[in-house]
Amino acid sequence: MTQVLSHPEEVTPEFEKDAARAQSRRGFLMALPTFVYLGLFFVLPFLIVIVYSFATRNRFGGTDLSGWNFEAYRKLGDSVVRDILFRSIWLALITTIICLVLAYPFAYFIATRRPAVRNLMLVFVMIPFWSNFLVRNYAWRVLLGNDGPVSQLSEVLGLGETRVLFTPVAVVLGLVYGFLPFMILPLYAAIERIDLRLMEASRDLYASGWQSFRRVLLPLSMPGVIAGSILVFVPSLGAYVTPEILGGAKTTLLGSYIVTQFLTARNWPVGASLSFVLMAVMLAATLVYFRKGGRTL
Amino acid sequence: MTVRPTADFDTAIDAAVSIGRITKKFGDVVAVDNISLDIVDGEFFALLGPSGCGKTTTLRMIAGLEFPTEGSLKIFGEEVGMLPPNKRPVNTVFQNYALFPHMSVIQNVGFGLKMNGVAKSEVADRAAEALEMVRLGGLANRRPSQLSGGQQQRVALARALVNRPKVLLLDEPLGALDLKLRQEMQEELKGLQRELGITFVFVTHDQEEALTMSDRIGIMHEGKLLQVGSPEQIYEKPSNRFVADFIGNTNLLEGTVQDAETVCLANGARISVASDHPAGTAVAVSLRPERAVIGKHESSGNGQTSVNGVIRSVTYLGNAVVYQVELDWMTLEAREENRTSVTRREPGQRVSISWNPQDVAVVAE
Repeated sequence: MTQVLSHPEEVTPEFEKDAARAQSRRGFLMALPTFVYLGLFFVLPFLIVIVYSFATRNRFGGTDLSGWNFEAYRKLGDSVVRDILFRSIWLALITTIICLVLAYPFAYFIATRRPAVRNLMLVFVMIPFWSNFLVRNYAWRVLLGNDGPVSQLSEVLGLGETRVLFTPVAVVLGLVYGFLPFMILPLYAAIERIDLRLMEASRDLYASGWQSFRRVLLPLSMPGVIAGSILVFVPSLGAYVTPEILGGAKTTLLGSYIVTQFLTARNWPVGASLSFVLMAVMLAATLVYFRKGGRTL
Repeated sequence: MTVRPTADFDTAIDAAVSIGRITKKFGDVVAVDNISLDIVDGEFFALLGPSGCGKTTTLRMIAGLEFPTEGSLKIFGEEVGMLPPNKRPVNTVFQNYALFPHMSVIQNVGFGLKMNGVAKSEVADRAAEALEMVRLGGLANRRPSQLSGGQQQRVALARALVNRPKVLLLDEPLGALDLKLRQEMQEELKGLQRELGITFVFVTHDQEEALTMSDRIGIMHEGKLLQVGSPEQIYEKPSNRFVADFIGNTNLLEGTVQDAETVCLANGARISVASDHPAGTAVAVSLRPERAVIGKHESSGNGQTSVNGVIRSVTYLGNAVVYQVELDWMTLEAREENRTSVTRREPGQRVSISWNPQDVAVVAE
């Protein structure tokens, strides 16, 4: 609503402009607390990370903020870091694909129910969030452990002992479990707004069920596919908790490596540079999403 | 779900669509209740009825978007009741057009051909040709969202017709258009149908649309097919009370059949009208407002083809004047064309309402 500053004889372009300006100023004031918060606790620390990534580690494990160089970034080319980077990308990719394949039919199923059933199922999707992420990962450790239910079941079935825990399989399992809702929800939102009569139209125009999916449903739900994929891929790439708890020593991922650089190796510049690269990659991915018609977020 | 072929149902040889005792239930709700109908090759057939009468469900069963619970459905003699829509030689113009928003107009039109495995160059040619046919040649590369309602309607039509279906199904295709455009499209649709010779099955709740466009009309109500006939037959000789009331305006004078020539009205008056209902049947005599002749009040009325009453209200419609005439036991509506030769009557005036015996119809429940 337009605030009337002073009642004019008649509305002039100047008066109209003033009113619009006042309105935009009020909007800014209301958003200010969040701007300040994000600035203090996100932008500022991020800038500090960038600064440290160009610094030098001294002999005592401290960081000298003099003598700027690209040494830390050069270290990212090491085969150790490269292997960890590729492994992380690979696991994040597999996690994303598994989530997509699992979530799509489920999201379609929810989106085509009547509203009451829909809401109930969405609640089910969100129930895992009610308990702590860390706790849920430990639960998987128990489930997959040597004498855990999974192992016992496979022995009863005569499949022998399973050794899943502390393997990449366990990590992917944990990541899929943890991030599946982030795939389901945007997919649901995207599919829900598609006029499903379009599917009938395509069937009527001689498309088979698969062709209708491929030519109509999938392209129209693409914003959801992209949003969900980013929402799963990005946190999987930087995952720390799940690989720490479910992965073994041989499946070090980026998150763990960064933590090690800061806390154990005391090489802050390398930790900072890797953090920065990771953030940049995620930012790029997000920008691509918004470019490609991000209408669901 | 199985479809039982009905052995004793005769399929007319030239039936484009032959519906044999089809029933469709959604849970406990019977949407279509045992209807049988032959739609002749090359005709413009309208399924008409109020919303929820089962007409759209019937159309969707012909399209293959619903499967019948029971009955037989043949298209040119071939049983198709359980075939998926992509295996049927029919195409549909949907109520909301259902154009693919992520495709251009020409891609929309070419979609069916492409899915049917038609060669690429032929798809392009035929799609362009179909767009020309609906006079949208210049808009081939637009998105559906950039078109007006009438243009979208034409794209939907081209998209269906380009496949040369044996039967074209239209689900309230003009419902979303404004009056002027709707009348234009009515003309255009009728013209296209004549030109192409394709059987059109048209679902509408608009009786005027059905009357002006169709060769034959099927009236549906509560899942049942009540009457099938030409627009004249439906209007002049409604087979029952619902049809008489639903098509156009009518006055229903309640009464009982006395013999083949006479109906005894609620007020005791005996009027001469032919009916084939047995004596004692509760019926109504349907008198269309425009067939009611307003005359001078007669002391007794002749009783057989006229009744006496008082004019209660006069409504000026421009091209006509409508009078509400109060009788002892009901109110009648009478309509006079607004010609200069007609004298306007005033409220309170005592008049007689008379009719030609062939202008009234006797309808039972």
